Formats: sequence, C-alpha cells, structure tokens
Amino acid sequence: MSKIIVSDKSIAVPGETLATGMDILPGAGTYREGEKIVANRLGLAMVDGRTIKLLPLAGRYIPKTGDTIICKVIDVSFSGWRLDTNSAYSAMMSMKDATSEFIQRGANLTQYYDLGDYVVCKIVNVTSQKLIDVSMKGPGLRKLKGGRTIEVDPNKVPRIIGKQGSMVTMIKDATRCSITVGQNGLVWILGDPMSELLAIEAIKKIEKESHLSGLTDKIKEFLEKSIKH
Amino acid sequence: MTYKQRIDNRGFDETRPIEAKVGVIARADGSAVFKIGNTWAYAAVYGPRNLHPKFLQDPQKGILRCNYNMMPFSSSGERVRPGGSRRSKEISLVTEKALLPVLDLDEYPNSVVDVFIELPQTEAGSRCAGICAASMALADAGLDMKDLVSAVSFGRVDDKLLVDLDYSEESYADGPVADIPIAMMPNSGKVTLLQMDGEVSKEDLMNLLEKAKKVCMDIYEVQRNALREKYHEVEE
Repeated sequence: MSKIIVSDKSIAVPGETLATGMDILPGAGTYREGEKIVANRLGLAMVDGRTIKLLPLAGRYIPKTGDTIICKVIDVSFSGWRLDTNSAYSAMMSMKDATSEFIQRGANLTQYYDLGDYVVCKIVNVTSQKLIDVSMKGPGLRKLKGGRTIEVDPNKVPRIIGKQGSMVTMIKDATRCSITVGQNGLVWILGDPMSELLAIEAIKKIEKESHLSGLTDKIKEFLEKSIKH
Repeated sequence: MTYKQRIDNRGFDETRPIEAKVGVIARADGSAVFKIGNTWAYAAVYGPRNLHPKFLQDPQKGILRCNYNMMPFSSSGERVRPGGSRRSKEISLVTEKALLPVLDLDEYPNSVVDVFIELPQTEAGSRCAGICAASMALADAGLDMKDLVSAVSFGRVDDKLLVDLDYSEESYADGPVADIPIAMMPNSGKVTLLQMDGEVSKEDLMNLLEKAKKVCMDIYEVQRNALREKYHEVEE
C-alpha cells in the first residue's frame, strides 16, 4: 500500500517521512529506509508522479562543471591565478585559459588580473577532490570593472535569473543597471548609485521570497512602485 | 525525606518549557536557538569552508568541528572563566560525536563545517540544549543529514525517575541522584550520545530510556516546527 504523506511544495525537514511504499521513487535529497522515503535535508518537497525530490532551500555553493561563476582573484602564481569561488574550494585559472592575448614569458601576470579583481569565468573541470579549473574563453566571460558585487544564496540563483532570464531582464530594464549573476551566488551590478541600490533591494526580495508562488508579479509591482517615488 | 514532588511543580515526565527558533544569526550559514527553561543555547554553523592547517584535512570527506562555550556569567555559580576548559573541551567532543552519525560530508573533501554553540544562560542540561540547537542549525545550513538529533537529560532523584533535571534536582543532596544526558535520532530511535553521572539500576535505566525516546520525539516536533516556521514567516 503506497501513500504519499507530504504535500507538494511543502517544507520537509531531515528525518521526516515523505511517503511509504516500494513503488514510489526517492529523488534528489531523499533516501529510502525500508518501505519509507525519508527527507535527507531541509527542502521544498516536489511530488512528480511517483518520484519525490527535495529542492534545496539553503546551503553553500558546490562547484559544478559548466557553471558560469563570478570569482575574486586571491593569488597570482608563475603559471596563472588562484580564484575564490565563494565555496569551500578555490579555483585555478591557467595562463592559457585566461586570455586570448599573447603573454610573454616571465611577464608580470598582475597586469592582466590583479589581486582583488573580480572576473566572470566558466568552470571547465571539477575533480573528485574538488580541484577546480576555470576558463575565461567564451562569450560574456570577462573582467568586471567598477560596479559592486553582492552575495546571495546560490540556491536562489535560478529564481533570480527566472525563466529564460525573465526576472533579471525585468530588473535590468527597470533600473537600467547591467547585472551579471554567477551560479556561485555572487551578483555584479553596475549603474548609477540609486538604481544599484534598488536592484540590490529587488534581488534581496527575490532571495527572501523565492519559495513562494507569484514572485514575478510581486517583484514587478515592487519595482514599479519604487521607481514612481 | 523522599522526593515527592518536583520543585517547579512539573510532572515527572515533563520537560521545562521549550522554545526554538531558526535563522537567528544573519551572518551564519545556518543558525538556531534552543531554549529549555532557563538554559539557552545559540548555535551558528559556518561552512563547508576551506580547512587550515592542512594536516587536519581529510581527503575522503569533510570534517565537523564543534565548539561549546558557556558565557562568563551564564551559570548561577562562580563566573565561568572565558576560553576553553577541560569541561568545555569534553562537551565539544561529545557534541561532535553526537552529530556526526546523521551528517553526510562526503561531498566536501578537505573542508570543514564549523559549529559554534554559545550559552548565554544555563541551568542544567546545557549539552543537550547545545546539541538540539546545533542539529537545527546544521539543517538550516542546508547540509545533507539523515535525521535531526534531539537530546534531553533524564535521571533519577532519590527513588523517582524523571525527565529533564534542573539544577536543584541535579544537586539534590538528601538521596542518590543520577543525571543521564541522551541524544538520539528520533525517527530511527538510534542513540548518538549517552553519558551518566551518578548511579542507577539497570531496570530503572531501561525504563528511563523508554521515557527519553518519547520526549526526544516531542523535541523533534519542536525542532521541525521551528525549521518550517522560518519559511512560513515570510509568507505572512
């Protein structure tokens, strides 16, 4: 006799029984304990037919191959740069992946990227020991000049971007800022100071209310109201 | 004189009033407060993050590091001298061991999850309150865990078996006392911490374990509601 106990889009707590029965499948963030499907983390339960998964609501960034992230240069070595990825692990960017320019042997690498610079880069490879290789070769990958970076919960990044970038485009249009969102939870914003602040406020609002429905309309309303004032 | 009634008029199987809240420290990755009577425990979780010195790193999995700290004037007795002591070191260690069985840190090799437990005021049962708060904070930090950990102290005073001893009961002088802190995974009933101070018979201990299981389930309910509350608050 199988039974789904948890309701769709409700919050599940570690150890909570989500369903019983062998014909229901445990998805991400859950595990099977005998007949039961049990929550393995704090998350939003998603019931999809016969599978149950948990969408994470919190947690640090875990580096994944193919992610576009915003990093800070923390060290410069002979052969490249070490970057802070806003996770437990730092990334290495080698000279050959850094720029299409020719770099002379023995050149001072700080003239390309100096300590404290922020860059948009892409993760090329992550090993089992979480050694990360990143590259700057690709569309939109660049050094960030000016503006400001804020930190958001990396689990909320998909909501900040929205479907096909709808949410971030809305904020960009309303505030006339350029915004770049890194999958690692760093967001870079450039515009005039007051609009930058408004964009930050909107992003913080999305972060806080990301698990609720009708978010796009709420943010739209918020932006319209704030701009009128 | 025998111990007939508890000093604060509680039932023998009753805990002090419990209050729990999650997300109380903004800068932490996960945080919680757990209050049981006059014992308050705040827990803050930071990480997984880079671990140094390097020799502490484990390339197989992340490590957990707990720090239990009583604040200087937290107890009713002498001022607690700031910094680590023999006692706080022991409790940090048992807290770590009590929490590790539920945690899965395989995804985070060479890194550390730091848990800081601060006790602004205490009146017995502080390690249990610390463990309850820490397990909520770890869940709030979004780490993979099989279950929460719920903890309570129980024991006997004179010939009575009771749950959640307060300070006056722990220091009862007119008869034998046993103080037994327990931490368990409430859903599977597995025990992750069991210590004892005093003496108790085997039968009494078994009876008490049964009682403690029930109480831990109640505490789990409180912890669960607190974790949910954090997200429901936003809705209103």
